[in-house]
Amino acid sequence: MSVLAYLIPISLLLGGGALVAFIYTVRSNQYDDPEGDSRRILSEEWDDHPKP
Amino acid sequence: MTAQMRPAMAVCPGCVAAPSEVPEQAPSEARLALSLPTIHCQACISTVERGLNAHPGIHSARVNLTLKRALIEADPDLRAADLIPVLEGLGFEAHELDLASLAATQSDRAGRDLLMRLAVAGFASMNVMLLSISVWSGASDATRDMFHWISAAIAFPAVIFAGKPFFTNAWSALRVGRLNMDVPIVLALALALITSLWETSLSGEHAYFDAALTLTFFLLAGRYLDYRTRAVARSAAEELAALEVPRALRMQDGVPVEVPVADLALNDLILVRPGGRMPVDGCITEGQSELDRSLLTGETLPVFVEPGAQVSAGEVNLTGPLVVRAEAVGEDTSLHRMADLVAIAESGRSRYTSLADRAAKLYAPGVHILSALAFVGWYLYTFDLRMALNIAAAVLIITCPCALGLAVPAVTTAASGRLFKRGMLIKDSTALERLAEVDTVVFDKTGTLTAGTPQLENLDDFSHADLALALALAQGSAHPLSQALTGAAQAVGVDPAAISALQEHPGYGTEGLFQGRQVRLGRAGWLGAEQGGQTAAWLDRGDGTAPRAFLFHDALRPGAAQAVAQLQAAGKEVLLMSGDTNAAVADLATRLGIKTWQGEALPKDKATRIQALSDQGHRVLMVGDGLNDTAALTAAHVSISPASALDAARVASDIVLLGQDLEPIAEACVLARKATRRIRENFRIATLYNVVAVPLAIAGFATPLIAALAMSTSSITVSLNALRLK
Repeated sequence: MSVLAYLIPISLLLGGGALVAFIYTVRSNQYDDPEGDSRRILSEEWDDHPKP
Repeated sequence: MTAQMRPAMAVCPGCVAAPSEVPEQAPSEARLALSLPTIHCQACISTVERGLNAHPGIHSARVNLTLKRALIEADPDLRAADLIPVLEGLGFEAHELDLASLAATQSDRAGRDLLMRLAVAGFASMNVMLLSISVWSGASDATRDMFHWISAAIAFPAVIFAGKPFFTNAWSALRVGRLNMDVPIVLALALALITSLWETSLSGEHAYFDAALTLTFFLLAGRYLDYRTRAVARSAAEELAALEVPRALRMQDGVPVEVPVADLALNDLILVRPGGRMPVDGCITEGQSELDRSLLTGETLPVFVEPGAQVSAGEVNLTGPLVVRAEAVGEDTSLHRMADLVAIAESGRSRYTSLADRAAKLYAPGVHILSALAFVGWYLYTFDLRMALNIAAAVLIITCPCALGLAVPAVTTAASGRLFKRGMLIKDSTALERLAEVDTVVFDKTGTLTAGTPQLENLDDFSHADLALALALAQGSAHPLSQALTGAAQAVGVDPAAISALQEHPGYGTEGLFQGRQVRLGRAGWLGAEQGGQTAAWLDRGDGTAPRAFLFHDALRPGAAQAVAQLQAAGKEVLLMSGDTNAAVADLATRLGIKTWQGEALPKDKATRIQALSDQGHRVLMVGDGLNDTAALTAAHVSISPASALDAARVASDIVLLGQDLEPIAEACVLARKATRRIRENFRIATLYNVVAVPLAIAGFATPLIAALAMSTSSITVSLNALRLK
């Protein structure tokens, strides 16, 4: 059962990590335009190099 | 989107010519918003963004496809009016949006707050559920205790943070001595956490930490759905308001300068261009024109005005530029006073208790009594406080209105989404339920059943030569009657006659020279003819014969006939009430097959009639657009207004019709009935689960596993049932 000593912290860390990631996406306005974001992926505009 | 708005937009490029004011201590960057109703794909986004970013003065432009909007950061002296032609050149319709009216949607703090709490509850319940499943599948002794302690450490802070909306709601209800749905929720959460902690400290077998968290999660999901539905409606409603940018042209030293309407003061001289709306009450000092008063009074015939005439805010100038001296501005205008009256009038919606509230009224006392009885019964039977408390907590958790909290929002979200696609905006959360009860429909005429655009009636009475003459004269004017005449004549393939010295006399008509004779097209009084009861433009052929009249009637809105027919077929009584003349109203009533009608109705008459109908036990749906309808819209059980309506009318109504077509109204009534049926079904499903699970809980057989199963299954069934509405 000593494996629990690793597994429980890992599961808590993963859950916490996902929560932090989610909060970051909400804070940085990533859910403001779901329709547009799903279309922008089709654009070829910044395919070769990132937008400066 | 709206016939009344377009001319105002079309005039805007003209503002560019006017010398613009010096920006007052302007910041280095200005923000502009444009509404782009026609964008729909990736190519549109790229075209618009590339086009805007290439325009000098623009720092950055970003399109939001969900809201169909472009947000632009630019030099402070750049006007939206400069950008509209650019976008029109690219093939996109664009309208300026007033950023001040949009402010509320941009910082959607409440929505984010709910989403954050939902996320915390979700992630915490996932972790706790992981531990609970290990317990259920056989962890025992020290391992079980450790799992319970870890669960407690996660559950306590998570529930306290995520459950805050419930705590505040329950507290505000209790403070005034009332019970709402949130009181049993809070009680269940608190009891579950406290008994579980107590059990854990005694190395007990059962802990409900997972139940407390999933409960919070499902209930928050219901709240969030509810919030989203209303937020979508609110942002669309705000966008309608933002389309009417409150600006006016003030004359300063003889030059018109664009200023916000709020800055206008008494005795200012204001220039109102053709197509523009009066920003103030006042008196005309210069110019002659015709005014469209239909939004205020319902009359379709334009009124002729000249210097000295009184005008009211909200009237639309049709032909010539007018200079108006402001006599009442802002809150003192008659438009505002009438809109304020509406706010005082008793509203149909305040008298309505929603299905959810009615369920809560039965439910909240019920579960409290049940769980109290279980506690007292078990305590008297065993004198074991710990066991009695555990069972009371189990009863509260199992009966907790998880499914009940989802039952209504899940259905209204699905129904509103579907109606939104058909061009209807549900503004009020109980509007659908009220719409389902409607048995009488009252329509306004001008602007609601009719489009407010004239249509030529007697084209066939005229010879080809006369039509050619009339067409040539009509092309020289932007008056709605001239445009209708032009459209009708061109549709039958008439070419304009060769006319020289074409000249428009605003408020009167146009004249010109044809084969040396003076020919005129215009109002009856100008040509010396007798004004009839019908809208008409008269043609003087200059050959000595009497002038002849082109007669017009108001064109029906698309779908008006179908909507009326479908409503009548569904067994609803349809009434027509208008401020227009009796003849015009009777004519329309016969055209649409409406049996009961009333003409020359004052705003008060409409409201009284609706009140009388309600007193007879009818549930009235009012459909109207003008200021004269607002009192009636408020008095009705439920109300609909088209997007072209005045702001005051849109605010007073529960549902806004975004498109031109009226047909969705009949469909909405059907869908509303279906939605209400689904809501009732959902209540029944939720009750059924309680009927099965509650006896188990009272008998003391409920385990955290059974509670979790009952709760999740009922919530999921209810959501799936709501989705069947599609």
